[in-house]
Amino acid sequence: MKIINEARLIFPSLSANESFARSAASCFAAQLDPTLEELGDIRTAVSEAVTNAIVHGYPDTLGDIVLRLRLLEGRVLEIQVKDKGVGIPDVEKARKPLFTTGGEERSGMGFTIMESFMDGIRVRSAPGKGTSVTLRKQVSPRMRG
Amino acid sequence: MAEERRAGPARMEVRLTGEIDHHRAGELMRELEDRLDLEAPREVELDLSGVGFMDSSGIALLIRVYRALALTGGTMLVTRVPKQPGKVLRAAGLSRLFPISYQ
Ligand SMILES: Nc1ncnc2c1ncn2[C@@H]1O[C@H](COP(=O)(O)OP(=O)(O)OP(=O)(O)O)[C@@H](O)[C@H]1O
Ligand SMILES: [Mg+2]
Repeated sequence: MKIINEARLIFPSLSANESFARSAASCFAAQLDPTLEELGDIRTAVSEAVTNAIVHGYPDTLGDIVLRLRLLEGRVLEIQVKDKGVGIPDVEKARKPLFTTGGEERSGMGFTIMESFMDGIRVRSAPGKGTSVTLRKQVSPRMRG
Repeated sequence: MAEERRAGPARMEVRLTGEIDHHRAGELMRELEDRLDLEAPREVELDLSGVGFMDSSGIALLIRVYRALALTGGTMLVTRVPKQPGKVLRAAGLSRLFPISYQ
């Protein structure tokens, strides 16, 4: 799919950047004039992916997170969150509802939420190398009044 | 902040506000635990009307409050949930654990 617009942000894995990432993604998405619900879905999915990079990707260190925002042909928003952290040994297992390595502070629902709030998700990961999560959402056309 | 309103003996009402994410959840949980320890309520109402955003960190938080209460036979309910947090709660199927009412 043709790339119409793109922005890249790099920030350290500080929890204060969770809200920054949500806001940045929703500002970028604004050019598609999404509904409030669509914006909420985007903010939620970004929050899940970025929190995972911070909490699981870099559990004991600070590392860089790259947030890549793309507007694709056909009103498709593509969001990629990438870390160079510990990686996921078994992605299929990690994506199952309620699966967590995070103890009682986590619920194991992050991937499930990303899947249900977005139209597509692709997870690439290699232990010791890092993880990238690519999310896509088709934003509905708006009637102009 | 989570501000508290006393609602009679053994009942605690807490109104949560702001954005509940991982950055915020730890502090909020400590605050709620302190209050649960202090008051040992039989019923807790968590009013979410002031919550502008919530993600899975909020799910874990609600489940922890639910479990802490269950230990002493207490119950909880979640009320006045706005749209975005509501969608997250529904996706997690939390109404199987405690009653939830939406705005
Ligand atoms: N970026 C990442 N790096 C390493 N491991 C990850 C990453 N993202 C996810 N994981 C692994 O996948 C598991 C499932 O992730 P998911 O987001 O579904 O649940 P969670 O983060 O454990 O809990 P929740 O998102 O509900 O707070 C995590 O517990 C972790 O083991
Ligand atoms: Mg998660």
